[in-house]
Amino acid sequence: MPYIPHTEAERDAMLKTVGVASLDDLFVDIAQDLRPKSFLASAGLPEQEVRTLCEELAARNTRVLSFLGAGFYDHYIPAAVDALAGQSAFVTAYTPYQAECSQGTLQAIYEFQTAIARLTELDCANASLYDGGTALFEACTMCVRSAKKRTKIVLDEGINPIWRRMLATYARNLPVDFVLVPLKNGVSDKEALKAAIDDETAGVAVQNPNFFGVVDDYSDVFAAARDKKALSVISVNPVLLSVLKTPGAMGADIAVGEGQPLGQPLDFGGPYLGLMACKKALVRQMPGRLVGRTHDTEGRTGYVLTLQAREQHIRRSKATSNICSNQNLCALRALVYLSLMGPQGLRDVAENSIANAHLAAREIVNGIEGASLLNDAPFGNEVAIRLPVPADVLVQRCLVRHKCVPGYPAGRDFEGMENVLIVACTEKNTEGQVGILLDAIRDVIAWIGQDELCQARG
Amino acid sequence: METIYSKSVPGRRTTGLAPDPVKEGAAAFLPEGCLRKGLPGLPECSELDVVRHFTQLASKNFSVDGNFYPLGSCTMKYDPKINEVAAGLTGFTSLHPMLAQLANGQGCQGAMHVLYTLERSLCAITGMEAFTLQPMAGANGEFTGVAIIAAYHKSLGRDRRIMLIPDAAHGTNPASAAMAGFTVVELPSKDGMIDPEAIRAAIEKYGDSIAGLMMTCPNTLGLMEVHVKEIVELLHGIDALVYYDGANMNAILGKMRVGDAGFDVVHLNLHKTFATPHGGGGPGAGPVGVCERLIPFLPSPRITRKADGSYEFLTDAPQSIGKIGPFYGSFGVLLRAMAYIWRLGGEGLERVAEYAVLNANYMRVKLKDVLDIPYDRLCMHEFVASAPHGLRALDLAKGLLERGFHAPTIYFPLLVHECLMPEPTETESKQTLDAFCDALADIVAKGREHPEELAAAPHGLPVTRMDETEAARGMHLTEDM
Repeated sequence: MPYIPHTEAERDAMLKTVGVASLDDLFVDIAQDLRPKSFLASAGLPEQEVRTLCEELAARNTRVLSFLGAGFYDHYIPAAVDALAGQSAFVTAYTPYQAECSQGTLQAIYEFQTAIARLTELDCANASLYDGGTALFEACTMCVRSAKKRTKIVLDEGINPIWRRMLATYARNLPVDFVLVPLKNGVSDKEALKAAIDDETAGVAVQNPNFFGVVDDYSDVFAAARDKKALSVISVNPVLLSVLKTPGAMGADIAVGEGQPLGQPLDFGGPYLGLMACKKALVRQMPGRLVGRTHDTEGRTGYVLTLQAREQHIRRSKATSNICSNQNLCALRALVYLSLMGPQGLRDVAENSIANAHLAAREIVNGIEGASLLNDAPFGNEVAIRLPVPADVLVQRCLVRHKCVPGYPAGRDFEGMENVLIVACTEKNTEGQVGILLDAIRDVIAWIGQDELCQARG
Repeated sequence: METIYSKSVPGRRTTGLAPDPVKEGAAAFLPEGCLRKGLPGLPECSELDVVRHFTQLASKNFSVDGNFYPLGSCTMKYDPKINEVAAGLTGFTSLHPMLAQLANGQGCQGAMHVLYTLERSLCAITGMEAFTLQPMAGANGEFTGVAIIAAYHKSLGRDRRIMLIPDAAHGTNPASAAMAGFTVVELPSKDGMIDPEAIRAAIEKYGDSIAGLMMTCPNTLGLMEVHVKEIVELLHGIDALVYYDGANMNAILGKMRVGDAGFDVVHLNLHKTFATPHGGGGPGAGPVGVCERLIPFLPSPRITRKADGSYEFLTDAPQSIGKIGPFYGSFGVLLRAMAYIWRLGGEGLERVAEYAVLNANYMRVKLKDVLDIPYDRLCMHEFVASAPHGLRALDLAKGLLERGFHAPTIYFPLLVHECLMPEPTETESKQTLDAFCDALADIVAKGREHPEELAAAPHGLPVTRMDETEAARGMHLTEDM
């Protein structure tokens, strides 16, 4: 059998040591009537066949020219990220409970925490959470825990709809009440946000750039929250943080985000990386693993898991969260990515992505009759464009005819936005790709007959 | 070892990894008030600086690939390399998850075949009717499972607030139940097992406020719960649901299907039973299986196979608990588990359980004269032991590290005095187990003679014992704190 090293002679000797006659005799505690009548019927395969099967399945997925983002971005990943994060001493280790033989993992987490704290300009960060959505949920429960009796969380509608749906799932049976403040044409209504924050409010949560790509400064919203003794949460894109005003500079208490843009492949939905940073005063409310710097008995600097009294193996049902792991390899990838890029490299990635999105916006608006920007707000690497056709139809036709995904149809999540396409760019989507995108959109709009248009609208 | 930040040299970088700078900068596109002041304090290093740093860091870790790692309840088995090859194929890694929704599965059929086949395989392995692959870790699966239990009772108009959990359960069980709004009632164990009498007493006291019971089986002492049928019947008698925590599934593959035994909800840890790497703490995956009546409550979307053999995602599920993860689970982890199941097949998986249990029992017998074994009977894939009189589990653990073995889990479960919990897994050879047992016998013997030397272990590793109090008090969580 694959991966089981025992020879028959060894097996028999071991059975003898244990004092049973056969392998099946080891399972006497499972009653006979509980033994399975059927089980997985398929036979095992030689390694070569598994490889061929996987290669064939991989080839069945279509490679596309993509301007799809919506919170998940296709940045270039340097070769060294895979090589370093793929080292088996990282990959096949586990939770660093035994610090003396886990300094590699522990120091890497500490360096990751430092990177995220510096990117967000907040005091500290944890070792990571599952993804951007659960990180946002955990931030909301931090607000409610800190505020004691307050349960209201003011949510900006610009937060990724996927994460808003996750919040609804996670908070369904908890004393957390979300109040949604609608966007105005894709832009945060900051006056409405401020007005919604009252004496019952535990926290306010926004996203920058928001789901439509709009970039804003939420300092005044966070100041309003502070006045009401509520906490401020901001969800960020970590690559763009090299360019955009930081959570710390805006006065946020907690920053969260999806860390996928930092060296993680899109990988059909994960594993991804939940980021969380906060002010020092909140550290004991923060869920998840934390690594701290300390010394060994000989005075050498080293690292350990710390502040574990927050965690479920000690606090059980009163823990800050049920999370008992982190996305460790993903966090390591992010750290290696940031170390390779450095501050200037990360900014170059962000600025190129932003420049490409502006180029794409200009080209589409100038080159497609009837296309216009959804609003005149500043945007980052993603832009919302109103088209003369339903965006959903355009996307499907572009995929079939041109193997190109021109963006995300906002109408899937926002009423009245059926013709709005959200176009995302990374540094990969350069001028040449934008040209192909434009041709594809033009072709599909021409191709969509008047009748079909009516049908789609109907 | 110095941090990557202290190796940073202002102005040093590897050009050509990021694109060339944008001439006019972000200020050309965005208003001043939206911009960051100054660059973030990230390392400025050459590629070789970075390569050397992380290669040296890796050398400071024990790992399954380098060391015997019998960490109980974590199932640290060998992670086959072919799984990594499969997961690294660009046809999978470059796939944007939203593509599947935008074009009804077009362009993603290969990936969706993997997901569908994995769901069906897990059903065949466990006897459950349906699975969701969304949960991103074991604890995330627990939350999903208990949220489904809450939704089930709510759909019937019931207000059931109590979740029964044995005292020996993993700490995540009560924490997950609390997140789903339940009040936890702890059940005392008897002889290391769930006591049906304790359940009867709870039913007497709380009646139909009881929503369900979460149980780990084999339990956290490494013992098979022998009253499974009676327990399931008692709970079903008040239409409470029984949750199976699959942390220890490795022990019963092919020997018992939890669906056949009447469990209503189960989560599996793919990083344990199905050999996806632990990654120093993640990412894992915690798929959840349910019986037929709970299918409507599974997270959305669900994957389905159409008559023509193609796959699509279904989002129309009015009773669904909603979204647990952003998409359809941690695909990269799921693919590795699928490759493992393809490689082993049903027969290979049954052998896994047999040899995992053989190895654990062999170690248990070999260590009888070295450690105190509180439950001296056949164990499943792991067992608990106490450090012999006068010695501490912590010191024995450190002594093992010094000799190149990762320590077993220590001080869990809490109800075992000075507890050590070894789980060898099926992929370890007799020679490795013998060497470990010999080393432990030697550590115990020497520790009795020279306790002060054992208390100073380990030597020869990158660091000696760490000052945990300083870490907690000092709160140096970053280079700037």
